[in-house]
Amino acid sequence: MGRYVARRLLQMIPVFLGSTLLVFLMMYALPGDPVRALAGEQHVDASQIAAMKASLGLDKPIWLQYLNYLGNLFQGDFGQQIGTQRPVAEVISEAYPITVRLAIFAFVFTVVAGISLGIIAGLKAESIRDRGLLGLTLVLISMPSFVLGFLVQYFVAFELGIAKPNVSLEPTNGELIMPAIVLASLSLAYVARLTRTSVAENIRADYMRTAVAKGLPRRRVIGVHLMRNSLIPVVTFLGTDIGALMGGAIVTEGIFNIKGVGSLVFEALKKREGATVVGVVTLLVVVYLVCSLLVDLLYAVLDPRIRYA
Amino acid sequence: MRGATQVRWAACAVAVALAATACGGGDGGGSGGGGADGIVSSSWGDPQNPLEPANTNEVQGGKVLDMVFRGLIRYDPKTGEAKNMIAESIDTKDSQNFTVKLKDGWTFSNGEKVTAKSFVDAWNYGAALKNNQKNAYFFQYIEGYDKVHPESGSASAETLSGLKVVDDLTFTAKLTQKFSLWPDTLGYSAFVPLPKAFYDDHDAWLSKPVGNGPYTIDSYAKGSSMKLRKWDDYPGDDKAKNGGVDLKVFTDNNTAYSDLTSGNLDLVDDVPASQLRNVEADLGDRYINTPAGIIQTLAFPFYDKEWDTDDARKVRQGLSMAINRAQITDQIFQKTRTPASDWTSPVLGDDGGFKKGLCGKECTYDKAAAKKLIDEGGGIPGGQLKISYNADTGSHKEWVDAVCNSINNVMGNNKACVGGPVGTFADFRAQVSTQKLSGAWRAGWQMDYPLIQNFLQPLYYTNAPSNDGKWSDKKFDDLIDKANAESDKAKAVTTFQDAEKVLVEQMPVIPLWYQNGSAGYSDRVDNVALNPFSVPVYSEITVK
Repeated sequence: MGRYVARRLLQMIPVFLGSTLLVFLMMYALPGDPVRALAGEQHVDASQIAAMKASLGLDKPIWLQYLNYLGNLFQGDFGQQIGTQRPVAEVISEAYPITVRLAIFAFVFTVVAGISLGIIAGLKAESIRDRGLLGLTLVLISMPSFVLGFLVQYFVAFELGIAKPNVSLEPTNGELIMPAIVLASLSLAYVARLTRTSVAENIRADYMRTAVAKGLPRRRVIGVHLMRNSLIPVVTFLGTDIGALMGGAIVTEGIFNIKGVGSLVFEALKKREGATVVGVVTLLVVVYLVCSLLVDLLYAVLDPRIRYA
Repeated sequence: MRGATQVRWAACAVAVALAATACGGGDGGGSGGGGADGIVSSSWGDPQNPLEPANTNEVQGGKVLDMVFRGLIRYDPKTGEAKNMIAESIDTKDSQNFTVKLKDGWTFSNGEKVTAKSFVDAWNYGAALKNNQKNAYFFQYIEGYDKVHPESGSASAETLSGLKVVDDLTFTAKLTQKFSLWPDTLGYSAFVPLPKAFYDDHDAWLSKPVGNGPYTIDSYAKGSSMKLRKWDDYPGDDKAKNGGVDLKVFTDNNTAYSDLTSGNLDLVDDVPASQLRNVEADLGDRYINTPAGIIQTLAFPFYDKEWDTDDARKVRQGLSMAINRAQITDQIFQKTRTPASDWTSPVLGDDGGFKKGLCGKECTYDKAAAKKLIDEGGGIPGGQLKISYNADTGSHKEWVDAVCNSINNVMGNNKACVGGPVGTFADFRAQVSTQKLSGAWRAGWQMDYPLIQNFLQPLYYTNAPSNDGKWSDKKFDDLIDKANAESDKAKAVTTFQDAEKVLVEQMPVIPLWYQNGSAGYSDRVDNVALNPFSVPVYSEITVK
């Protein structure tokens, strides 16, 4: 177990280096000069552009910039924004808490609602409630999130008036519920479908018949025997999903004016703030890698037959 | 994707229309009470640069500086006229050496006195190359600028040799050329005084700027919000008429607009294009659409020999007459632009040098005459006009295509004019400023200060910094020099207009339209107006 974790952690290093290098090169390959663009339509002296680039280290060749970036990164320095001249670490640390809160809300909603719906439908496959769930999830999967976002915003905020359309400056938990539901709806549909299929299949398994024949209470049959075996594909999906949620949701955060990581990346891309984009992506890569490791370890908990050496 | 966009707009439109009836009567979400202590909540964008006065060249940072700082001169929010603020007098005998006297009694909100040194140090800081200030070029007329901020290489002096402190309330400025209207340029935020704290603890100052204006900054959460409160001991006579302003950052102006219509926001200073159709129904007379100091033009490459001929001059005039400005501003811009008939802006006013119709028939749509002129000039150089624009921001594609349609109709040729999109603004500007483009390109000019000089000299004077097309005309240059030396303001303005008439003959750039500034506000606030820089005049806003 310990060796397995250590091996996985070591594997993270090349993945981490490769992904940051790719993003770094991509930002560099974009045409135009972000320093020049700061001046808008105005003329700027060549001397001033040179001075700004020198102070940000942007005048060096790309490979040296990347090495410098990595070197600083290992000392916890994410670099500096070109326009606002703020440290990227500070910018990210301000944007992250709200995204994490939103992600937790959305994740809890996905897990609770998705798995419950999946079980309800899966226990009676091909029934009306099963068909109903398929229909609902089909709608959620096919609807782009901005359509859903604007519809929910319109009905909840403007029509019923039970919430403000956008979150306030320091969003309360209550204000985050509406965006979280919009954000979670797509994953919810997938989780419900995965659970439903898995449950519908396992319910016909031999061990289920044995458990029922043993005279175990129904709650224990479903809650332990059926669930534990049915959750493996769902956990796999949830693992990658939490990575995606932590990455911020550009569309959802935009609709509800949430100043999280999603809008941060969007703004940074528009302004070609390379250091910010690479910084956020670096962090996301770590989150993804850790999540997928946790998922793999969870398999062993769910199914004792799975062993790691 | 197209379908999806329409759905989104439809959803917005429905939402907004219903909001007007359902929630429009709400009493606003701003905190605080009404009356003189009422707080105005307003939309904001994250300032592009640190909030240093000489480093802020866009509206969002400009909003804050306009509230927190006062300079020697202030432009009247309504007329744009330059009036003395901290300056007691700015005198000159020869239009080149100026003596500035300050009023006594001005202080920064931290109690420090505003002295001649506060100005001179701030200007030296702004001009110095090592400080990387984006507005450094504002100090270019002061003697010694080429030493502290050379065009290339490194600086050979620390301070501007043309600035001298005489006593606590007096300093002198020597310019490199005669420039009688120079005092009128000093109302821009780059020229404000700075307290000692700015230099002593720069980081602390940036996280909470201290100035001498009617508001002080209560709290500043970078990237999301700023709370400004009225400064009760403000020494000026334009005290804030409300208790304060809360600025809230919106990534998308549609979102801000939905907050306004649902009563959670008092002021939106940029109404999104997609909402212009609903704005009358939503806001009625609480919608402002007034000229801003911005003109949009089509520029040409005079570094390309084909365009620098007398025949090409006729072609440019013909092209100008081939563009149906009125139709494009009506249909594409929903009247948020006004067809241009000179090279300045209506915000200057008639006294300031704006002259409607100065361009005359050369800027009036005339199909037959346009075709005749273009044919006389031997047709469009290269057989096709390519209008380059940046495709990432500002939705320029729509109007560039419309301009091309208009030209193609006149020429009876579907290929006479085409749009040339450049991926990003950064790339576009890089190509423009290094003379890489071969055809025409979209150009825009936002004034630095409301003076006719600013619409002409930086753009068309030989080798002027923003003369990207490298146009050069001796007659024009001479008239500009003459106007700058003119000590009488009215005469100077007329001479600048004479120079402008050279532009009619030569048509180095084709004026298209004047841009308007827009704003919408809730029924909780009153007395909302935009100044000539399209920044809301916050200190005048009253809360009901």
